[in-house]
Amino acid sequence: MQPFGLSFARALGAAALGVTLALPGLARAQQAPAAAANTFDAVKSRGQLVCGVNTGLAGFAQPDSQGVWRGFDVEYCRAVATAIFGDPNKVRYVPTTAQNRFTALQSGEVDVMARNTTWTLSRDTSLGLDFPAVNFYDGQGFMVKTALGVKSAKELEGATICVQPGTTTEQNLTDWARSNRIKFTPVVIERLEELVSAYVAGRCDAYTTDVSGLAATRSAQPKPADHLILPEVISKEPLALGVRQGDARFADVVRWTHFLLLSAEEFGITQANVDKLGNDPRPEVQRIIGKNGGLGPMLGLADDWAVKVVKAIGNYGEVFDRHLKPIGIQRGPNAQWNQGGLQFSPPFR
Amino acid sequence: MSQTTIDPRLMRAPPKRKLRLSWADERIRGVVWQVLVVGIVGTIVWWLWSNTVHNLEVRKIATGFGFLTREAGLPVAESVIEYSPTDTYLRALTVGLLNTLKVAVVGIVLSTILGTVIGIARLSRNWLVAKLSAIYVEVIRDLPLLLQLLFWYTILQSLPGPRQAMQPVPGVFLSNRGLKLPWLDWQDAHSLALLALLLGAVVTWFYRRQALAKRILDGQPRRIWPVALGAMGALPVLVWAALGAPWTADWPELRGFNFRGGVTVSPEFFALLLGLVLYTAGFIAEIVRAGILAVPQGQWEAAQALGLHPGQVLRQIVLPQALRVIIPPMTSQYLNITKNSSLAVAIGYQDIVSIANTTLNQTGQAIEGIAIIMLVYLTISLSISLFMNWYNARIALVER
Repeated sequence: MQPFGLSFARALGAAALGVTLALPGLARAQQAPAAAANTFDAVKSRGQLVCGVNTGLAGFAQPDSQGVWRGFDVEYCRAVATAIFGDPNKVRYVPTTAQNRFTALQSGEVDVMARNTTWTLSRDTSLGLDFPAVNFYDGQGFMVKTALGVKSAKELEGATICVQPGTTTEQNLTDWARSNRIKFTPVVIERLEELVSAYVAGRCDAYTTDVSGLAATRSAQPKPADHLILPEVISKEPLALGVRQGDARFADVVRWTHFLLLSAEEFGITQANVDKLGNDPRPEVQRIIGKNGGLGPMLGLADDWAVKVVKAIGNYGEVFDRHLKPIGIQRGPNAQWNQGGLQFSPPFR
Repeated sequence: MSQTTIDPRLMRAPPKRKLRLSWADERIRGVVWQVLVVGIVGTIVWWLWSNTVHNLEVRKIATGFGFLTREAGLPVAESVIEYSPTDTYLRALTVGLLNTLKVAVVGIVLSTILGTVIGIARLSRNWLVAKLSAIYVEVIRDLPLLLQLLFWYTILQSLPGPRQAMQPVPGVFLSNRGLKLPWLDWQDAHSLALLALLLGAVVTWFYRRQALAKRILDGQPRRIWPVALGAMGALPVLVWAALGAPWTADWPELRGFNFRGGVTVSPEFFALLLGLVLYTAGFIAEIVRAGILAVPQGQWEAAQALGLHPGQVLRQIVLPQALRVIIPPMTSQYLNITKNSSLAVAIGYQDIVSIANTTLNQTGQAIEGIAIIMLVYLTISLSISLFMNWYNARIALVER
């Protein structure tokens, strides 16, 4: 818990945005567009990727007991760093709250955002951001205490519901309540830790967020069985990686890193066997591992970028099993397209 | 001595100074410097502004205040005015502003009362009372406010749930959903009665002024309480009775998950108010103590020599003089309460900062959102300052 980080972080974020937008203008006619467009070169010359992650969400991004960031989203930071530098450790993690994440990205405080962020039309257009890839398909649900005896979200009439402000969750909740004619009292607290503790203390009857987040929170409770995730899923939440708009080259690297993890799973390329595929007869595998096709340099990366990424991170399924399976999240819509899921990689060609 | 003539040297006009276009001329120097400084500041402001606008455009971030009329879609737990998520951002922000004002006004009144009591208690000749007040001040002042807010909020959350709510008095429920009180089924008759009370107060005030003015002329004391009772007691009751004397209470009752009916003091509001009042009262107590100690001992002794009892000495002699020392630093404390209320976001009370933050997050227009927050605090703070300066000038010692 960092109680003081709260208002400062936001004030700093806003101040940083103000300053970064106002100041770099001595030679602004040439400079300003370049500043937005060259994240790739900026990252390369800095020697480090700055990645915006959650402040702490089990399974997705959380520092372990040694202070090392771990989680599904963190692996994406590591994968992009490996693609660029060949080294998964060349990342600096910046924890961002639901409220300061966009400011952090807009102002250049972070290069890429891997932080359970829902891709929506208005965010895509008016925030100056792009969402290169959906790394997790999610939906919003409710969690209640088992003792409450509620079995369906439709029974939540009159309930007090804990929700994080400034999220699509908050808007989905009001939409859902309106269309189901349900009246509720919101309790909105920005910091996830405070919000969850309000729910656990019984300040709210229900806690709502993405189902993956509910599962993560439930798994972190002393007695997970005391909490029930209700069956209704009230929204579509494609959680996407985010970069600044107008930065096509860097967006391509991020997007194809995600597709690489997917394709690797599709073609059975794993952390264990990626070194031994030199003689694999399948042409697509040969192109992925950089034996031929010259795909890496088209992205501005090394020929063997894919080998290094899969060697360091594993494929999508391995990453999923490592971080999300232990907290009780099923593949569901995140299965491969040929397994009935939505995760689909365009061809490596 | 009408014959006295004025010294002719005093009648003489000062020599006309010619404006010389030279660096040696003080006025020319002044003008040049001022033009230069204003020019530099203006250029910097213009440069920052145009760069910001340009860079926002390049980064394709939307600008302007057009979002204010869009549907907000954000839920608000407590509101002074009617609000639903279908309302606009402008209305949501107004709700936030009113919530800020609500906690600031109540906080200022309560912390002034509590602070004054503790400040006086610290000067008490009773050892226990004085020491307890001293301990209170030292402990409260030394802990960060945010920590205290989180502490009170956690305490309030650990109250029993609504189904096991405590019921200290029938109809009053205390649970982790807040304090539930029965409330009048509010009708026009009540609003009008309240208006009559206000009118009565104004009438009483004028009557008292006139009575005092007459007393100064003839020395006769005049009784004020009959008028006060009539204007502030009988008049509102008559208005209320004439309109049918509606008297139905809205009792809170447990239905489903929660209480329905009555009024709620939410844990968020209560924790924020408690934290602000207790914290600020510690500072106000010291200001009050300093003010009282600033009144010379001779004033106490003189008043006692006149035969006034200790309460009268404090009320009639010491406090009026102490106020002159107290008011200026008190203004700062009032400003602090208002600004500190923005810590509400930490415990989920939806003040202007909380709602503006959500707004700027949903619309992505950070600069506009922060500008709104700054404008709101600036306006509130300047209003408090203006009022307190006016009050300070009014009670200041009139020197002849």
